Amino acid sequence: MKSIEELNEIREKTLSEISLRKDRNYTGREKHILVCGGTGCTSSHSKDIIEKFNELIKEHNLDNVRVIRTGCFGLCARGPIIVIRPEDTFYAMSHVDDVEEIFEKHIMNGEIVERLLCKDVDGSVVKSLDELNFYKKQHRIVLKNCGLIDPENIDEYLAFDGYKALEKVLTSMTAEEVIKEVSDSGLRGRGGAGFPTGKKWQFAKDSQDEQKYVACNADEGDPGAFMDRSVLEGDPHSVIEAMAIAAFAIGANKGYVYVRAEYPIAVHRLQVAIDQAREYGLLGKNIMGTNFEFDVEIRLGAGAFVCGEETALMESVEGRRGEPRTRPPFPAVKGLFGKPTLLNNVETYANITQIILNGASWYSSIGTEKSKGTKVFALGGNINNVGLVEVPMGITLREIVYDIGGGIPNGRKFKAAQTGGPSGGCIPEEYLDTPIDYESLSAIGSMMGSGGLIIMDDSTCMVNLARFFLDFTVDESCGKCPPCRIGTKRMLEILERLVNGKGREGDIEKLEKLAMNIKRSSLCGLGQTAPNPVLSTLKYFRNEYEAHIKEKKCPAGECKAMTKVMIDKEKCKGCSLCSKNCPVQAIHGELKSPFEIDQSKCIKCGVCIAKCPFKAISRV
Amino acid sequence: MGTVKLTIDGKQIEVPSDYTILEAARQAGSDVPTLCHLKNINKIGACRMCIVEVEGSRGFITSCTTPVSDGMVVKTNTPALRDARKVTLELLLSNHRRECLTCIRSGNCELQTLSKKLNVDDIEFQGEMSERFVDDLSPSIVRDTSKCILCKRCVATCKNIQKVGAIDTVNRGFKAKIGTALDKSLNDVPCSLCGQCINACPTGALHEKDSTKEVWAAIDDPNKYVIFQTAPAVRAAIGEEFGYPIGTLVTGKMVAGLKKLGVNKVFDTNTGADFTIMEEGTELIERIKGNGVLPMVTSCSPGWVRFAESYYPDLLDHLSSAKSPHQMFGAILKSYYAEKEGINPDDIFVVSVMPCVAKKAESKREEMKVNGRADVDAVITTREAARMMKEAGIDLRYIDDESFDNPMGEASGAGAIFGTTGGVMEAALRTVSELMTGKELEKVEFEEVRGELNGIKEATVKIGDMDVKLAIVNGLGNAAKIMDMVREGKAPYHFIEIMACPGGCVNGGGQPIHDAKTRDTVDIPGLRKKALYEADKNLPIRKSHENPMIKKIYEEYLEKPGSEKAHELLHTHYYERKYFEE
Amino acid sequence: MNEIEKKSVCTCGEIDDNKKKLLEVIVSVNGDKSQLMKVLNAAQEIYGYIPTSAQKTISEELDIPMAEIYGVITFYTRFSLEPKGKYNIGVCLGTACYVKGSQMVLDKVKEILGIDVGGITPDGKFSLVSTRCVGACGLAPVMTVNDEVYGNMDPSKVKDILDKYV
Repeated sequence: MKSIEELNEIREKTLSEISLRKDRNYTGREKHILVCGGTGCTSSHSKDIIEKFNELIKEHNLDNVRVIRTGCFGLCARGPIIVIRPEDTFYAMSHVDDVEEIFEKHIMNGEIVERLLCKDVDGSVVKSLDELNFYKKQHRIVLKNCGLIDPENIDEYLAFDGYKALEKVLTSMTAEEVIKEVSDSGLRGRGGAGFPTGKKWQFAKDSQDEQKYVACNADEGDPGAFMDRSVLEGDPHSVIEAMAIAAFAIGANKGYVYVRAEYPIAVHRLQVAIDQAREYGLLGKNIMGTNFEFDVEIRLGAGAFVCGEETALMESVEGRRGEPRTRPPFPAVKGLFGKPTLLNNVETYANITQIILNGASWYSSIGTEKSKGTKVFALGGNINNVGLVEVPMGITLREIVYDIGGGIPNGRKFKAAQTGGPSGGCIPEEYLDTPIDYESLSAIGSMMGSGGLIIMDDSTCMVNLARFFLDFTVDESCGKCPPCRIGTKRMLEILERLVNGKGREGDIEKLEKLAMNIKRSSLCGLGQTAPNPVLSTLKYFRNEYEAHIKEKKCPAGECKAMTKVMIDKEKCKGCSLCSKNCPVQAIHGELKSPFEIDQSKCIKCGVCIAKCPFKAISRV
Repeated sequence: MGTVKLTIDGKQIEVPSDYTILEAARQAGSDVPTLCHLKNINKIGACRMCIVEVEGSRGFITSCTTPVSDGMVVKTNTPALRDARKVTLELLLSNHRRECLTCIRSGNCELQTLSKKLNVDDIEFQGEMSERFVDDLSPSIVRDTSKCILCKRCVATCKNIQKVGAIDTVNRGFKAKIGTALDKSLNDVPCSLCGQCINACPTGALHEKDSTKEVWAAIDDPNKYVIFQTAPAVRAAIGEEFGYPIGTLVTGKMVAGLKKLGVNKVFDTNTGADFTIMEEGTELIERIKGNGVLPMVTSCSPGWVRFAESYYPDLLDHLSSAKSPHQMFGAILKSYYAEKEGINPDDIFVVSVMPCVAKKAESKREEMKVNGRADVDAVITTREAARMMKEAGIDLRYIDDESFDNPMGEASGAGAIFGTTGGVMEAALRTVSELMTGKELEKVEFEEVRGELNGIKEATVKIGDMDVKLAIVNGLGNAAKIMDMVREGKAPYHFIEIMACPGGCVNGGGQPIHDAKTRDTVDIPGLRKKALYEADKNLPIRKSHENPMIKKIYEEYLEKPGSEKAHELLHTHYYERKYFEE
Repeated sequence: MNEIEKKSVCTCGEIDDNKKKLLEVIVSVNGDKSQLMKVLNAAQEIYGYIPTSAQKTISEELDIPMAEIYGVITFYTRFSLEPKGKYNIGVCLGTACYVKGSQMVLDKVKEILGIDVGGITPDGKFSLVSTRCVGACGLAPVMTVNDEVYGNMDPSKVKDILDKYV
């Protein structure tokens, strides 16, 4: 149990130890080696890198060098990431074999290892984070601590103003004032729906009940989305502190974080954070010496996307199948265990502490008129700088794709961006200059979504993309209501016929009729938004659907059933690499002469396309 | 409880403030369609049929789950709603094995009725259908998922009303189905076979195992002496299969109709019930005198017995060892009656017409055989009996009353009330009080033991100097409650009556099925039980021990209740049921 | 022997370690039926799947009907009723991976092992599942073997990786 004074002492002490990570004017002899410990970099063995550094530090008995495993830096395409502070040197695509060199040259002798420095998309060398185009247009509020602190060390969180917002709330604000601050900030739910957060808190506050709950939706299920995961892995306390503030505001004393079980690192880091917070008396009774009490429990999901839906989540927390409930009653009135419950997304919570500390007017100065603040996006797909980005609302899609994302790789063209995952819509080239904000995106038939932003190049078939999303939805539908359970299946069946060259006249009309009815009759958001990928691809790429049906052709060349793999005789040098790698021995030819594919044997797997050094093979 | 004013389809009405929009709409004369709704049992808004538009609310609202509020403006019949309901229904039909012509529920299927009502004339979105699972391994209940619309009414009944939970939704999405633990047959999980799920099901996905074919074979076999016996609850309900109002007592027509099937004799199970009272009443008196385990619990409800064997195997010695009425009767028919009439008992084919599906399993138990011969050869439900009559061109409405055959046809009113909760108790009391005190009862009725629907009722009745403590229980959820008390030694009763079905046999799993709207708005068990109490009042003999036939058979054949012969023919035993052994 | 140990004794007389671990988790929830997910997740961890015996234990200790437990198990993808192979291979079909060709990687694995998604090789060594996004989109396409993550996959890399486990 720590008093406010004790917490301040810890803050001061720790800050003096780690301020070099931020302070440009640091002149001391400490060096901090920050290694990314997000899931992506961990999968690329960043753990080994950390171990090796620690070995060497021990060997050489250095007392001024530390290795810290931090949260996600965001530039996943260049992982594993190593950042040396205070000089802010950025080593990318590191390997455990590079560690000795970095240690000998940089740590021991102050000499930067040029060949290991991060290279921008155009090949230019970048010495520090700030120089990277990837970061220039970002504004990291939610991700401010990711890549900066050790998420399993509460003292480091405290050092950078951790739990100061909670202190401010508990010692100098009323519940009404807290809610007003959140409302005035303009913060809207980051889980996808964009509901005004202050309003949601107010509804929960208005319910009369001795027992209330706050809950955090960490079931991030959109494929391609890893914003919430990164926050939980890199800065879990920001969520805990925000939940405590929310509990104070609405009158709750217990919180639940529902995390999908597929995020073991996030679950572990969150549990460590909870345990540490309890130790310091920041969770439990009489927090900071006041009579406010609050504690948090983790509840695990088990592989059901639908449990990201508010009421399905609650069913799961209550130990049942994740089948959504009808509303009314709304969760603010009757949520978990029949009690008023406030449920917010991880990213929504991650904004709260800074809103409290810096004020609503600071937050509302960022973004657009109706969409305030920043949004974290998980940028993926056919884009150079795959990774996690946080941008101010109002930035255009073009800026994200080209300035931050570094453009489309392999010389291909931008075709569309998908936001909102299986509930969302695609944004074609003509709308690249659309500002990213809630209203602008809905106006063009898309949506903000939770943050998954997948970029597709011209080799993507939009009909197959729609099929892909419907396939996901059909698999994840809970099955409670017929429009979704049966309707999405029927839509999928039509789309499967289309991509297999069996489209029929009238299929588009059938899709549209089904789509309309599934949207309006479904019980929950999953069903209500399931048709969106189909509707939006129909809106902007209707010609592709028509080609699939009328001509039995796939213009993008992706749908195997309707494409052929052909070797361009002009480009083929007869090197035989394709033939050697063909799994069904369908390619023949004489060395140094153009090779040919036996179409009757070809299974269109595309290995030859990938293997050809001359890009002579393609789908037509 | 205040009231609320709201507008439905332009009509201003005032309703109690705890009404749902659906109830208010029905009151206003707007017949909003439903499929998954069952009042007080299933309120989940899943089928999307009852959707309505509410001014000020976005999207469609399910009227069955939403409470009314003052000033609400509701539209139940816009073009968008009609279209939406139709497409949803078409989607359901596209995944339904549409074999109405040969379906057991044809003519009484809520899906069929709704399709007609909503004018579905084409099923536009055809495609793959869910995998079909049929479970017909139990003697009582058949499940066929190809007709299931996943309304969950069965699950809700089993889980929330009967508190058994033998079935639940399994898998997810298009693969979702109603199933049992580990996908076993109902026969191999702790299902009581009470059949309440059948009554809850709107389609043919759940129905009883057919016994009509084997009964017809026996009737058509010149070597078989076919005897039908009818449970009390049947006569109060079988008329409904021919259009009579719910709860019309049609005893005479029922007997006439069954006779017209070409059977040899039609007897009254109520006579068997009188035997049960003699045996069980004597047993109770013995136990009270100190020679047995108390509280004693009735054993005539086979759903309850199976439940006890599954969940309370440690308390089986509380159960009366008496067989149920139709089993006792069958045993008497194949012994005393066969001998008296000079018929070879192997040629006798006893058919019990029951409001119950669990009795199909009961009749097949090894313990229900005497000398290797089953007491009862076939059990048909009220519904099956009506089907057989219709198949033979018999319409109850147009035939004259007939009486049960003699000499086994006269039963007491005590036997008649067996079919309702509290009936067995009251019948027992009429006999036990007179046997224990030796004095005639001033009043024959014991209203204090007439049970509550799906409840536990306690009563104390003075017999001589003794305060006899009683409990009347119906619904398996309540059975569990009371047996938990017995297990903890906290059940201060002498005698407990337990019926598996809420309301007793009048609401049994084999009774005529009515649609959800009727179940919501009409007290079906209440109306049927009224008929039985009326029957009781109008019978000349009101007490089992005064039934002359009973007296005669004890004198001539059984010696006395509880005798060795009585035990051989009329008593049974129970055993623990184990499940999920690996 | 404490209560838990007594309940964990197998028919052979020894203590069933897995059952003991499961009972410890069950006891920790103090009869709270809403913690069924926690208990099932634990059973999945301990046994690698959820055998009938575990379901029975959970049903008896928490007083939840077997059918309900089965309904919950079959709803969530992570719970399996069948044992997984010693090495469970997952190929991510999340959007980012899919767009980069993970389907072809999956097809290659199927071809080499001769099993379909959801299947297990006859020797019990390998089982195959297609996974939802595991959040390593920066490394798309992604293949996992138990907890090991292999990024930047293409069909030609599959054989070498699988050979590591033979």
